Amino acid sequence: MTGSIPFNIPYLAVAALIGIGLYIIISKRNLIKLVMGIVILEAGVNLFLITLGYRAGGVAPIYTNVPEGVMVLPVPQALTLTSIVIGVSILALMLSMIVRTYRHTGDIDAEKSRRMKG
Amino acid sequence: MRRIAAAVSLTVLVALLVASAFLLHPFGNPPSQMDDYMIQNSQAETGANNVVAAVLFDYRGFDTLGEATILFTAVTGVMMLFRARRKEEGNR
Amino acid sequence: MSKIVRTISNQLILFILIFGLYIIMHGHITPGGGFQGGAVVASGAALIIVAFGSHQVQKRLKERHLSIMESGGALIFIGLAFGGLATVFFYNFLVGSPVFGHIPPSGPNPGNIWTGGVIPLMNIAVGLKVIAGLSAIVLVMALASSGEEIEE
Repeated sequence: MTGSIPFNIPYLAVAALIGIGLYIIISKRNLIKLVMGIVILEAGVNLFLITLGYRAGGVAPIYTNVPEGVMVLPVPQALTLTSIVIGVSILALMLSMIVRTYRHTGDIDAEKSRRMKG
Repeated sequence: MRRIAAAVSLTVLVALLVASAFLLHPFGNPPSQMDDYMIQNSQAETGANNVVAAVLFDYRGFDTLGEATILFTAVTGVMMLFRARRKEEGNR
Repeated sequence: MSKIVRTISNQLILFILIFGLYIIMHGHITPGGGFQGGAVVASGAALIIVAFGSHQVQKRLKERHLSIMESGGALIFIGLAFGGLATVFFYNFLVGSPVFGHIPPSGPNPGNIWTGGVIPLMNIAVGLKVIAGLSAIVLVMALASSGEEIEE
């Protein structure tokens, strides 16, 4: 596929994902929905990092049996790998804290479990 | 009152993101001075065929060290949150 | 889980393990590396935990052994980084030596596994760390949501 995507459409997709993620974080009260909003926000940021380094009609930057063509940039791909692993670690910690909060107070509403008592 | 402030700030932020999508470089030819050096010289200097692995472990090894530390801290945090409580009979 | 699920996951864990170790070991020739292969093997461990139940798995695979494996991987990674301290920290000191140090011809070529310098050894260290870390997270959360807590 060597046709070019017109007019910076991947950057509009990134803006849509970040907007949806921020809207969920601001306006929902259930803790599990807050975690889903954070994951959508992180997916938008990873997509932005990958599409910054694309060359039109490019191949993967690996020299083993490589076909003809220019190579895409390798540095944004390495940064995105690190970002994905950090996202998984933060998701594990957030879900563990939600399980502890549910055992301690009995409901998972963000407004009711704001004040810490006892 | 709080909901009006939240809605206004969210609209301003999304408008700024959409405006910046038209001001970035055109999708398909990025400025690439550092990456051209890495694509040309990574087989002679590091000896690996995979340029992404050479960037991750040789040219930018400190980022991988920081990421390994974050993974270790997350596993320690999860195991600490689910520990059984001892009875308080003289154990510390 | 039923008998069909347990039998199939018994046969399937072998292929998942070999595929994950292949991705880790060939990380400097083909796409892949330590993080990707470690995630594949950890998903195989999650399959075993779902099929057999977490109490059965916890009798064989304790968290202390997983913690030792993870700390060993981190120490090997830092030891390899200190190995090239004669020039700078994180120097690739094995390029040119006969252990892993061939230099491939420039341009397209079929890959040779004895290239790469210190990169394959770092891939193995990071792969051990990711396998142990993600398997420990899945095991501890499965134990906690079924009512029992781990001890120390």
